[in-house]
Amino acid sequence: MILDSFLVRAALAGVGVGLAAAPLGCFVVWRRMAYFGDATAHAAILGIALSIAFSLPVFLGALIVALAMAVTVSLLSDRGFAMDTLLGVLAHSALAFGLVAASFLSGVRLDLMAYLFGDILAVSRGDLAVIWGGAVLVLGLLTWRWSALLMATLNADLAQASGIDPRREQLVLTLALACVVAVSIKVVGVLLIAAMLVVPAAAARPLARTPEAMALIAAVIGAASALGGLLASYRFDTPTGPTMVCVAALCFALTALAGGRR
Amino acid sequence: MPQLRRGCVSLIALESVDVQLGGVSVLQGVSLNIRRGEIVTVVGPNGSGKSTLLRVMIGAVKPTSGRVVRAEGLRIGYVPQKLHIDPTLPITVTRFLSLPRPVSAVRARDALHRAGVPDLGGRQMAQLSGGQFQRVLLARALLDAPDLLLLDEATQGLDQPGSAAFYRQIEDVRRDLGCSVVMVSHELHVVMSASDRVICLNGHICCEGHPEVVASAPEYRALFGTGTKGALALYRHEHGHLHDHTHDHGHESGAEHSHHISDDDGAGQ
Repeated sequence: MILDSFLVRAALAGVGVGLAAAPLGCFVVWRRMAYFGDATAHAAILGIALSIAFSLPVFLGALIVALAMAVTVSLLSDRGFAMDTLLGVLAHSALAFGLVAASFLSGVRLDLMAYLFGDILAVSRGDLAVIWGGAVLVLGLLTWRWSALLMATLNADLAQASGIDPRREQLVLTLALACVVAVSIKVVGVLLIAAMLVVPAAAARPLARTPEAMALIAAVIGAASALGGLLASYRFDTPTGPTMVCVAALCFALTALAGGRR
Repeated sequence: MPQLRRGCVSLIALESVDVQLGGVSVLQGVSLNIRRGEIVTVVGPNGSGKSTLLRVMIGAVKPTSGRVVRAEGLRIGYVPQKLHIDPTLPITVTRFLSLPRPVSAVRARDALHRAGVPDLGGRQMAQLSGGQFQRVLLARALLDAPDLLLLDEATQGLDQPGSAAFYRQIEDVRRDLGCSVVMVSHELHVVMSASDRVICLNGHICCEGHPEVVASAPEYRALFGTGTKGALALYRHEHGHLHDHTHDHGHESGAEHSHHISDDDGAGQ
């Protein structure tokens, strides 16, 4: 049935995003880059507007602009700018420029709400291929570079002394982040991508004693939040992307309470 | 004469190294030579480039000019100034030691034992005290049996008995492993006695020599003060006369001293 198939596609899309975003989100949390995720995601709306203006695939435009933003932030942070302020400026101005750029396009061509909050029920087979392609790429990248990424996250100089170039690992994370942002737009929208990165990772923290366990638990919580959010939104007729984030936030509240009591 | 020959082997040499960071000149014309088995202490005021010097040695900072020559296959153990592990990152001491390359349980235990913390393997890094944390960092640096151990103010934040015990541990490690040690420290009175050579840095190398030579010289008092036993020695000395300096240093001691305090063994060759 058609109903079944769009729900199944939505479920698969949500699980794909949850699985890829949450382990990457662990690094975002460990490295205190939550705003970095926001800035990258918000930049994507500019990419969407540009790609529609130039009739390019939305995914491609979002990926390129998100990547440009992520690389810009990485380079500026190396120069010793005050990160907190810098990211606050970049995250919000990227969103503002994106919205202004979108306003130049005719309303028929751009459904802004779908890009801001996601439109998971409209996921096509092609979208699904892009989402899972991106998810596999990100998970593969994280698995391949795991030890080096972890070392660079613990301490840049210590990593250097062990023969690891921390700038290279930063670049790997930057690439992975841009990729997750680009594939997540359809599912949760640019405003809530950072939540799918950070919330499952934060929810996993009290349950984990090793970094690997935290990444795995975060992936499970991310995927479960996506599925739970989809079911809840279907049942209560609520917007799907935000409902997924609500479920993840409830998981966080539960594990935080359990962890605090232990 | 293998002993002598061994003593002459240079592990790492800096040749006229200049470093600029963010447009600011941090090190100017620094040349030094670390020989096998010696303990060298680097002293100097805040912002004198001590940490940068160590970061040049590990390769984290590239010299703007000049060059760094390392002995072939040189293994460096590095204990950083401070390491903040975010409490959101769960990691046990043993797992921390196995990064980035896995080490066997026996080697991890041995390194922890050498660092004086044999029982901490299963603890979470974020729950360690300051002293325990520094010893775990030391254990990590010792894992690969380094030829050269670099310590960047490794006892910052430890109380006096704690840092004295830490430096005794370093001496034991040097005796057992025969590695060279280069350490940066503010605690001059503690590290002076343990050092074979002291290098005074302030952007450039102001002076260097055996601690006994330095200590018996009147210049030493100008350098570190006299009545400061047990307290942090003040860094006050005149060293503008040989160099083109514009910075303003304290001159209260009034003692002018010659640079490059003579070192009978020809240190710094």
